[in-house]
Amino acid sequence: MNNRILVVDDSATVRQSVSMALDRAGYPNQQAVDGQDALEKLSTESFGMIITDINMPNLDGFGLIQRARKMDKTQYIPILVLTTESSDEVKSRGKAAGATGWIVKPFKANQLLKVVKMVLG
Amino acid sequence: MSDILQETFREELQELLADLEGGLLKLEESPSDSESVNRVFRALHTIKGSGALAGFDRLAGFTHHVEALFEDVRSGSIEVSSVLIDLTLQAQDTIQALAADEDSVSQQDIASLVEHLGGLQVDIIDAVVSEEETARDDMPATVGSHSTFWVRFRPPVDVFERGLDPANLVRELTRMGDARVSAGYDAPASFEDFEPTACHVVWNILLTTAQSTIDIQDLFIFVEDESELGIELLDDSGRLNLEQAWQAWLPLFEAGKKPTAEDVNSIIAQNDEPVPEHNGPERRSMTPDRRQAATDRRQESGSGDDAARVAASVRVRSERLDKLVDLIGELVTVQARLKQVSTTISDVDLERISEEVEQLTWELRDEVLSIRMVPIGSTFNRFARQVRDLARELGKDVQLLTSGGDTELDKTVIERLSDPVLHLLRNAIDHGLELPEQRSAAGKPVKGSIRLSAFQSGASVLVEVRDDGRGLNYDWIRERAEEKGMLQPGEDFNQVGVWELISSAGFSTSEAITSISGRGVGLDVVRKAIEDLRGTVEVESSSGEGTCFRVKLPLTLAIIDGLLVRIGRERFVMPLAQVEEIIEQNRTDVERQHGRDLLHIRDEIVPYLHLRREFGINGRIPDIEQVIIANLDGFRLGFAVDEVIGEHQTVIKSLGRMYRDIPGLSGATVLGDGSLALILDLPALMRLEESRSRQDGNLVPVTTQTFS
Repeated sequence: MNNRILVVDDSATVRQSVSMALDRAGYPNQQAVDGQDALEKLSTESFGMIITDINMPNLDGFGLIQRARKMDKTQYIPILVLTTESSDEVKSRGKAAGATGWIVKPFKANQLLKVVKMVLG
Repeated sequence: MSDILQETFREELQELLADLEGGLLKLEESPSDSESVNRVFRALHTIKGSGALAGFDRLAGFTHHVEALFEDVRSGSIEVSSVLIDLTLQAQDTIQALAADEDSVSQQDIASLVEHLGGLQVDIIDAVVSEEETARDDMPATVGSHSTFWVRFRPPVDVFERGLDPANLVRELTRMGDARVSAGYDAPASFEDFEPTACHVVWNILLTTAQSTIDIQDLFIFVEDESELGIELLDDSGRLNLEQAWQAWLPLFEAGKKPTAEDVNSIIAQNDEPVPEHNGPERRSMTPDRRQAATDRRQESGSGDDAARVAASVRVRSERLDKLVDLIGELVTVQARLKQVSTTISDVDLERISEEVEQLTWELRDEVLSIRMVPIGSTFNRFARQVRDLARELGKDVQLLTSGGDTELDKTVIERLSDPVLHLLRNAIDHGLELPEQRSAAGKPVKGSIRLSAFQSGASVLVEVRDDGRGLNYDWIRERAEEKGMLQPGEDFNQVGVWELISSAGFSTSEAITSISGRGVGLDVVRKAIEDLRGTVEVESSSGEGTCFRVKLPLTLAIIDGLLVRIGRERFVMPLAQVEEIIEQNRTDVERQHGRDLLHIRDEIVPYLHLRREFGINGRIPDIEQVIIANLDGFRLGFAVDEVIGEHQTVIKSLGRMYRDIPGLSGATVLGDGSLALILDLPALMRLEESRSRQDGNLVPVTTQTFS
């Protein structure tokens, strides 16, 4: 099973900290700076999971999830949303788009890894 | 906290602060612009969040207060005022200082700024960073005796479509303690209703664990709303034998029935000895191999953080990139020598290797140079604040409009461009734009505008600073130039010449320069900086309508594609980007008109220069010359040489002081055989030619036309 994770966030600090946490737990990962960049990486590379921010330029998280769910390669992989607010509105919009779950920012590395492990199995 | 993360944050912060500042300045112009309020808020929000992640706690805490303020602005309870903008700009500087060194700002300073900010709020919110989620994480798991739960879980039918494998959740659950699992299939009534991607599984799990109901519930957080989830505590005495209970109760579970207290007691009575306190109970996992794999993975990661990093992007210091470019330069030079040697030896194998090396070198060069390309926009944003402050200082009302921020240029070029462009901006505010009252008297909008734009044109990038001010004072320039003997009385100067004049050292006087642009630097410094970047400047101006300074820069500094030519025994390189075509010219066809050599090319007359004459090279001119036709900003000019040798990847070396002032040369390069070739500065040669024609009083207009 592919446990390589694509981390999508327009904030370099968030990308880096997620990536460092994943590195520590041994999950290979790759970063993308926005939804558009993520789609390009998804089309050329193979991932077992996506962790994405919502508010991003070019293509936001909702848009990315919708597109990813239409691609064969990513139709059934877990997609976690990194949100700054855990409002029901964001959750339900995320669910409607096809998100698997959410992580609330600012997050702690252990929390993130717990969720990743839970979803990725 | 990791240094890498802090460094990343500092870099990111520059963009965020630029964005914040951009939003604030926009807001100052149009206080009701909700998009700008959002922009400011988002920037602050990200600064706070990312700052906290990177371990800048004081920075995050301080930013939080500013963010709270803008939350009120967003909700409409605080109005946008100049006090708000000024305070927030101050806060921005504080954030900057905190990022550089968290201890650099005293607690009093922060407290006083926070107090000022708070003064703007209707009611001071003593806000605390939302720790709801993290608090729960920190909460120690309920430690106590082991409890046994019956968990019944039917995931939503569309669970796979949301990318979640419910089996993973069940597996996680089994890892919480000792567990028994049964999965039942809840098939649809008819085959017609069957959907292959739908999930029709119902799980029954009996779990003995030290954890609580909430911990179990947490696992199902993503699906709890849509799932059927039952978590029943059956026993908390720790005396239940799991295996026996499982055997006895499975039929009940499958029927959806909870065992009664009597059922529980009867199992305990069967085997009345407590389950030993266990740290690692033997767990029956659904797929042991998968668990093994997970363990392996964890072990691997312990020993090899580096290995896991491979796929992620890597940050490198820019000096290392510079070093890389230097090395590529050396490689290109060595490769040229290899090519030369292999041609001389004419060994087929060697030639093949040489060709491959050449191909790889080219690819490597392009790749490395492209890594160094960055958008110019970040530099643009920095100017916004400076323009604002300067305009205030001078009592002028100015708006800065930028475009083309995504135009990419070599990093070094961008860094070194910042000062000269800032100087041009200052110049425009100070000298170009009139005072508000003068503007309204002239029937112009009171607010002056400065347009800063960048765009790519062929192998160059053009950066323009255009103001709508009073325009250049040609009379004054003429007077001054004649005074300095740079212009003969009555001599005409075209607009290219204007830049030459006003940017010559000592041209401006203190009388014409105010405190701002007169801080020891004149346009001659701009000219020097731009020419060091192998760029050129053009000025366009019309009285009363404004002035435009157009800076033309090469995309990259280090290596160019050149055309290698020979004159006598000397060799020269011309930038290939400027070369349009090469014409063979029989000496007998030469036509001279008004002292200029002219060439007929497809019904068009193109003047050309004899470089041999230009550089005073002796020897016999061959009967058939090669004339290289260059396109220089729309002008066509030919350069006659003895022979065209071919394309040459030119690693540019700067000339020593002795040669630096020779017009027409821009650098030198080392050829394959180790000898030197000089790089020609074609625009400078053209200017030389034009000024000469002007002096002859026989200016033949160079043909202008558009080229495809």
